[in-house]
Amino acid sequence: MTRSFLGMPATAPPGVGHLRGTEPFPAAARRALSDAQLRRNLGHATATIRGRSAAVIGEVPDWPGLRAAGRAIKTDTMARLPELLEQLEAAVTAAGGTVHWAADAVQANRIVTDLVRATGADRVMKVKSMVTQEIGLNEALEAAGIEPVETDLAELIVQLGDDRPSHILVPAIHRNRSEIREIFLRAMPGVDRALTDEPAALAAAARRHLRQTFLSTRVAVSGANFAVAETGTLAVVESEGNGRMCLTLPETLITVMGIEKVIPTWRDLEVFLQLLPRASTGERMNPYTSMWTGVTPGDGPQAFHLVLLDNGRSAVLADPVGRQALHCIRCSACLNVCPVYERTGGHAYGSVYPGPIGAVLSPQLTGVADNASLPYASSLCGACYDACPVMIDIPSILVHLRGQAPHPRAEATAMAAAAYTMDHPALYAAAQRAVRLGRLAGRRGRGLPPPLSGWTASRDLPEPPRQTFRQWWAER
Amino acid sequence: MSAREVILGRLRAALGGPVPAPAEVARDYRGPGSAVVDLDLFVERLTDYRATVHRCADADVAGTVDAVLGGRRVVVPPGLPRHWLPDSVTAVPDDDLGVDVVAAADGVVTGAAVAVAETGTIVLDAAADQGRRLITLLPDVHVCVLRADQVVATVPDALARVGPYRPLTWISGPSATSDIELSRVEGVHGPRNLHVVLVAAESGTPVDRELEAQG
Repeated sequence: MTRSFLGMPATAPPGVGHLRGTEPFPAAARRALSDAQLRRNLGHATATIRGRSAAVIGEVPDWPGLRAAGRAIKTDTMARLPELLEQLEAAVTAAGGTVHWAADAVQANRIVTDLVRATGADRVMKVKSMVTQEIGLNEALEAAGIEPVETDLAELIVQLGDDRPSHILVPAIHRNRSEIREIFLRAMPGVDRALTDEPAALAAAARRHLRQTFLSTRVAVSGANFAVAETGTLAVVESEGNGRMCLTLPETLITVMGIEKVIPTWRDLEVFLQLLPRASTGERMNPYTSMWTGVTPGDGPQAFHLVLLDNGRSAVLADPVGRQALHCIRCSACLNVCPVYERTGGHAYGSVYPGPIGAVLSPQLTGVADNASLPYASSLCGACYDACPVMIDIPSILVHLRGQAPHPRAEATAMAAAAYTMDHPALYAAAQRAVRLGRLAGRRGRGLPPPLSGWTASRDLPEPPRQTFRQWWAER
Repeated sequence: MSAREVILGRLRAALGGPVPAPAEVARDYRGPGSAVVDLDLFVERLTDYRATVHRCADADVAGTVDAVLGGRRVVVPPGLPRHWLPDSVTAVPDDDLGVDVVAAADGVVTGAAVAVAETGTIVLDAAADQGRRLITLLPDVHVCVLRADQVVATVPDALARVGPYRPLTWISGPSATSDIELSRVEGVHGPRNLHVVLVAAESGTPVDRELEAQG
């Protein structure tokens, strides 16, 4: 472990987990854009979910009030995060659970691996969880000789396809039904060779494939959607029943959660249990929501461990503008409305957190220098802000983070010169005359000369007008 | 220094300043008790998510269960009212049954703690008429019997009726997935058939099980 000064907020360490891509967004996006099948799959899927979500949100007369309450609760949570975590720890412990603290991905992976080893199990079943993807838990378990089995259908498709997740809610959104059928035929042991690509048939194949795993695996790992500080209650929201299997059948349950998932009170659940399903899957309520508090004698796992993970979240909290990225409830509505995500897909973002929320969360978790292209992976159209059920102002954070990303010296010099010019009216008038002369000289649009050509390589320079506003004003 | 101290120290440094008092959250939405229960809406929402709804009198519950599960092996939680079970089913009482036994059963019959009309949701809290969580998970058919007075209007109403110290399972339709092209498909790992038997409230015999349980 690095010797860090006590109390300094820290970013997520490199070399572990999946928060950093191997290439900048523009390079990865260019490759994704040339994949016509990917664009068809994404266009179809995101259009479907947008329509469903809009329909069920339209049914709720108090949606704006729920969103505002969601934002207020999260703002209050972040302001009191250390105290709420201590309260959560005490409540979980009192209910028979054990709480562990992990400063980063390395510590979290070690804690979980040690807990699994202590049970003697060589296999764990997993509920879909963003945070265990973030820390690379599967790789750490495999390195320790423990087999992780993903039980969510989309995660199973990704795992069997030796692929990477590309969406927060539906990690296999980039695959269509016939591609999924091919993956199952290739990688699912004992699968019926006559399998069709009907979604119902594919779901039934997954049911048969995982049934024995559910009944015989002694340890499960989950994430958490919410953790109530007041009561110590954990909540997991899901659809298929794989979550219920993992939360109910094994002897030992290990839940890994980012520290920002805590909410203050039981009553606060009434807000988020309405916001999340409608914004996320476009359902009035997802098929299954499980809530448990510590250990219940005679029902469910008799050993419960909660791992509280920082991994860069303290660094996000330290930025008063960027802090609200921690309000995210991982619904993925911002991905589904984003014109950039819809065209590039999730892989181009490099991090497990793609789309608009990923573009503000990943650079803050790692430090902006390690994900410097992500704040630019947006047109700043604002659709994400409109769609966010907890009203995270993603465009403002993007602009804020762009200011922190490294900029070429020429750009900084030009901006300083422009600022000086605009501060001095005489200079400004002279500059405007020069621009007009440029127009007369026939230098039309598009490019600036070096060293400023980098700025116009991907932007058209607007053609200067025939007459400036000041001239028009002077002549009227 | 423990990871706990490191994290808490980092967070306090990130926030700076004294700990603020809990904020007053403006709750400008329909809270508990502010909406009217609409049983027809409840039925419509259940049906929309592919649950099968039966409406009958308490005396006819056994006949309804017979129509769904007659002749089959049915797991029975310890506190299920006996008159809900027809003679035609083979009752398998859950006295700490092994998972394989539960998984081999054809169905399960339970009560419920509360239900939400607006979302078509039933909530189980593992009370004696509902049993352990796994018995409503492994069999492929779940028949859930609800009294009309257990149905509330909204999610806030339901949360106010249940508490944190029992495991809760909120069920909205049969097991489903949206993982293939984001189209909803019913029938993955949980029960593929959900039947809700809605029993008309009988005047003069109100039994408020929630109040009993919490009292």
